[in-house]
Amino acid sequence: MSTRIETLKAALASTLGERIQRLDEALGELTLVVKSNDLIGVATLLRDEPSLRFEELIDLCGVDYSGWGGSEVPPLRFAVVAHLLSVSNNCRLRLRVFAAEDDFPVVDTLTGVWPNANWYEREAFDLFGIMFEGHDDLRRILTDYGFVGHPFRKDFPLSGNVEMRYDPEQRRVIYQPVTIEPREVTPRIVREAQYGELGGKA
Amino acid sequence: MAEIRNYTLNFGPQHPAAHGVLRLVLELDGEVIQRADPHIGLLHRATEKLAEHKTWIQSLPYMDRLDYVSMMCNEHAYCMAIEKLVGIEVPERAQYIRVMFDEITRVLNHLLWLGAHAIDIGAMTVFLYCFREREDLMDCYEAVSGARMHAAYYRPGGVYRDLPDAMPQYLPSPYRSEKKVRELNENRQGSLLDFIEDFTRRFPTYVDEYETLLTDNRIWKQRTVGIGVVTPERAKALGFTGPMLRGSGVEWDLRRKQPYEVYDRMEFDIPIGVNGDCYDRYLVRIEEMRQSNKIIRQCIAWLRANAGPVITSNHKVAAPSRVDMKSNMEELIHHFKLFTEGMHVPPGEAYAAVEHPKGEFGIYAISDGANKPYRLKIRAPGFPHLAALNEMSRGHMLADVVAIIGTQDIVFGEIDR
Repeated sequence: MSTRIETLKAALASTLGERIQRLDEALGELTLVVKSNDLIGVATLLRDEPSLRFEELIDLCGVDYSGWGGSEVPPLRFAVVAHLLSVSNNCRLRLRVFAAEDDFPVVDTLTGVWPNANWYEREAFDLFGIMFEGHDDLRRILTDYGFVGHPFRKDFPLSGNVEMRYDPEQRRVIYQPVTIEPREVTPRIVREAQYGELGGKA
Repeated sequence: MAEIRNYTLNFGPQHPAAHGVLRLVLELDGEVIQRADPHIGLLHRATEKLAEHKTWIQSLPYMDRLDYVSMMCNEHAYCMAIEKLVGIEVPERAQYIRVMFDEITRVLNHLLWLGAHAIDIGAMTVFLYCFREREDLMDCYEAVSGARMHAAYYRPGGVYRDLPDAMPQYLPSPYRSEKKVRELNENRQGSLLDFIEDFTRRFPTYVDEYETLLTDNRIWKQRTVGIGVVTPERAKALGFTGPMLRGSGVEWDLRRKQPYEVYDRMEFDIPIGVNGDCYDRYLVRIEEMRQSNKIIRQCIAWLRANAGPVITSNHKVAAPSRVDMKSNMEELIHHFKLFTEGMHVPPGEAYAAVEHPKGEFGIYAISDGANKPYRLKIRAPGFPHLAALNEMSRGHMLADVVAIIGTQDIVFGEIDR
């Protein structure tokens, strides 16, 4: 396994060169960080270069880092993380790209490289409000028709903003501000490093 | 001459062949599909967001409710992601138990798929047969976890408890005679392993029965051969995994290619299709049931011969035993901390994937060192499969959409999450 990662690292370094912003190995997984304007070029190389050949996009998701409690705070708020799989070389890679602006996150679409990015990007747009430039069908996918807001952002409350009920006077279903109090059963606690002597092998 | 126009048809969300709550907007030219636009999200529960507000262990039962037809496999990926981040080893016996129950789950899933797929295309009997066998496997679930479906049996660091020595039995009641009860309890006299072994002895004949009903059936072939053909290149580009990818002739199985737990010690074959149509995917899944049966038997043999712990002794992750907790101060503190604050997962990110009955089920977990996940992403195998529905059904007849939905083995619990 480790030799496979070494080979992959060398192949990435020789193919991408300067375009690698960061390449980390942790827990037996490789994470590649690229700049958002390099994304399409890098993705195409990752797919087509014989030594890499990541022909499958396994997963793509948005991440909102605004509530990060640990050390090493990520540089920007929104990131898009893609998990790639190479069936021919039997290896995996995680590709992360940060959206340049926190207020209006935009990333180029990967639909031209991997067609199944279509729905994944719709999901990331729906849940995080990340815009994918060049995506031709960027509709909401998981939330309700006419939903307002992006529910997976850290500043979106768990209980939501509106609730729905039947109003007998108006004789129709209406939306109104939520009436339940937010509560936290177990508080979120970040302990010091090496708490409980847990930790993965590097 | 009258103007001929395409028309739009709403398929679902309450259509029995939509397998749950799929709303499919179909654009038809006569009876030929021009475009299929699945509207999903009607079962969206924001599991990933809920997980961010719960401790790591509290989210585990949510995993059962994702793909509610293959419960334990979902838990497996979740536990593996945590184990990877925390860096703990799972005892060997627990690994065998996990593999055995993964395969039982695969059989459970494929049986439901087969029954539902067959009834969708018009074969009633198979459905009844499949549910007969599912009942026995559900009993296995119940014997180890107390729940027939939402087991919450796998825990980070192992499994909740060891296999029971006695299989629960039926009791006589006003509705069930002594004689009937004796018949029902006939194969429940021994341990759980005896019961499962008895099942594995019977199961291949059952699969033969299904095959007699379907494999050479003219109507079945007319409905599935040449329907929803996907080439291997296209299957990869569309992100297919599992039987959908293997049906197209790509030999890819995580159990063999990136083995986890003890799959590298198991002997089994990976069936692959040739044409990439619904019929080939049917054959692949049928053969997978036979192979799963083989794996279960190997696990039983090992589990009979080897005893040992089934959960890690690291009490920062897994709770101490009840007896120790009552008699030992330190264990009591561990217990208290685990069930109030929860375990702390070191900062980092991990992606763990298992070969789920439907394809690759992955959990991508990001931890910032807290007692709750920072972000949890569930990679559901059905999501890219359903996304490809438009491409697979274009040019086919309306009735074939049902066959294609059936062959994709769609479950909305995991797609909508």
